[in-house]
Amino acid sequence: MFGYMGKILRINLTTGEIGTEDLDFELAKKYIGGRGLGTKLYMDEVDPKVDPFAAENKIVFINGPLSGTATPTGGRYMVVTKSPLTGCIASSNSGGEWGAYLKYAGYDAIIVEGKASLPVYISIDEEKVEILPALDLWGKMVSETSDALKEKQPGAKVLTIGPAGEKLSQMAAIMNEKDRAAGRSGVGAVMGSKNLKAITVKGNLKPEIANPDGLKAVTKECRTLIKENGVTGGGLPTYGTAVLVNIINEHGVYPTNNFQGGVDPNAEAVSGETLTEKYLIKRNPCHHCPIGCGRWVKSDKSPDGIGGPEYETLWVFAADLGIDDMEVVIDANYWCNELGIDTISAGATLAAAMELYQRGYITDEMLDDDVILKFGNADSVVHWLKKMGNREGFGDLLARGSYRLADFFGVPEYSMSVKKQDLPAYDPRGIQGMGLQYATSNRGGCHVRGYLISPEILGLPEKLDRFELAGKPTWAKIFQDLTAVIDSTGLCLFTSFALGAQQYADMLNETLGTNWSADDVLLAGERIWNLEKLFNLEAGISPDEDTLPPRLLEEEMPEGPTKGWVHKLDELLPLYYKERGWDEDGIPTEERLEKLGLL
Amino acid sequence: MAIKVKLFANFREGRGKIVEVDYTPGMTGQDVIDSLGITAPEIAALIVDGVDGKVDAMLTVPIKEDGYMAIFPPVAGG
Repeated sequence: MFGYMGKILRINLTTGEIGTEDLDFELAKKYIGGRGLGTKLYMDEVDPKVDPFAAENKIVFINGPLSGTATPTGGRYMVVTKSPLTGCIASSNSGGEWGAYLKYAGYDAIIVEGKASLPVYISIDEEKVEILPALDLWGKMVSETSDALKEKQPGAKVLTIGPAGEKLSQMAAIMNEKDRAAGRSGVGAVMGSKNLKAITVKGNLKPEIANPDGLKAVTKECRTLIKENGVTGGGLPTYGTAVLVNIINEHGVYPTNNFQGGVDPNAEAVSGETLTEKYLIKRNPCHHCPIGCGRWVKSDKSPDGIGGPEYETLWVFAADLGIDDMEVVIDANYWCNELGIDTISAGATLAAAMELYQRGYITDEMLDDDVILKFGNADSVVHWLKKMGNREGFGDLLARGSYRLADFFGVPEYSMSVKKQDLPAYDPRGIQGMGLQYATSNRGGCHVRGYLISPEILGLPEKLDRFELAGKPTWAKIFQDLTAVIDSTGLCLFTSFALGAQQYADMLNETLGTNWSADDVLLAGERIWNLEKLFNLEAGISPDEDTLPPRLLEEEMPEGPTKGWVHKLDELLPLYYKERGWDEDGIPTEERLEKLGLL
Repeated sequence: MAIKVKLFANFREGRGKIVEVDYTPGMTGQDVIDSLGITAPEIAALIVDGVDGKVDAMLTVPIKEDGYMAIFPPVAGG
């Protein structure tokens, strides 16, 4: 078996049983790995109607066939489970090094099932796998937990939850290497529900490669393409993802005050250019990454610096809250990492709370706190983040995410979310294809399921008219399918700014000994997308939820270059379903499922 | 009159954040970037008076007397 380690580790926290199983190579190739194979393994074992916090739910940690190889960015892993935030399939991705080290420890995946009676962590050192007590770690922040476990197991890579995961916040993240996050969909709370604090991995094993010389050649070609590309060899290494602040703002699709506006006149204060000029210490790359978009920035939290904010984080703790203070954003990012909370959902929930305060639903008396949740109040951000992460006072309600918060007051329309997952930093009223992608994403509001910002705003690989509807369903499908492929290989999505489907097929072929074309891998991506859709349907997620918040469909953008626009989902959605070969109700047809090998 | 040109990322190096270029009737984006020593292939995205589009096409659009341009090199993220 080439590419894969050939072993799945199964750990039952109820019984304490630990075992290994052989990986089915043919099944693995059909779903590639990572997001695809993880979803297949999960769906084969778990009832989609399961309560995400029940012991019957499982959680899969899985790398890809290119993880731990010399291919560029091959260090990522995926967490697959049922989301407590959305009720949809959750596949949450993280960089850093943990994913590669899971492979070096000898495993393609870990399936965790059951529930421990007391807090535990899992320690993995190749064949030595133990479930160990974690009572002393429960309640600890992410960095303190990571440091303690690294001291116990030198050389290990640590994945852990923070207090937010322990307290079952629906926006809890899983953190690795302290500042890398499988952030979205509340996967950290599923770990918390199992009393599982952390997983450490260590090892020196390597996968066997089908054609080492061929992989070396295609890796060299891909690294050259990445280095010579203006984005992956220039913009991202120099400025990080934060470089998006200005370009998105200039197009008038930079959401302000919970999507009430689209232009922030003070965006420059939290831009990538400002971050680079005033706060950047160094780049902070993931495993085998030639891009190095991660930031290491100045902070009063550590004289050596801390992990810096990404674009989405800069937006959500600044423009979306009516604040333009870089140090507040850096602090908020730090506390989200420490508490183990998804920055996007945390900030978006504060934004929803601030709009609810603006409209009189939340009152001073309800907050029972001197620090008011009001747009522009910079002092409120970290204050309420801590209460959210620890579920103290009104923070308990905030910890459930913006949808449940707004729904509590009977006005869910003030949650800027899709399928209860908060939208990221692009207003779809001025990016019609991206809005379609938001509405149809299998994990709810998300920008990394089909990043149509590339053609609609950034001009990559070609510039599309961002207001035009024609062709957008086709673009959405292609981007979604290709993203599913990349998420399954173990590589970073950012490689796709420089590489195309053929390069991913080439890397997989040399690694696995396959002979796939670009069309073959895109078909695999479509298979994965449909598999996720089937899970959601069986879980009770209606296609009626393929929609956007009413504000974005009904209220015209009030200002800037996108002024006067709403999102035209009603025109795009039927065309998208047709493009996917689904029926007019958004259900995959038997004919299409048969073609994809899903029947 | 002068046209305001907003520059971003590495286009700021040696030029600054905002540059004013003297307006001449009929002037286009191409005239502006020529004056700044920027070539079309270096540009990934371009906004002229609040309107974006394909770079080559936008460079031929006449700029308003009190107009502005925003010029971006290849950038991305997510």
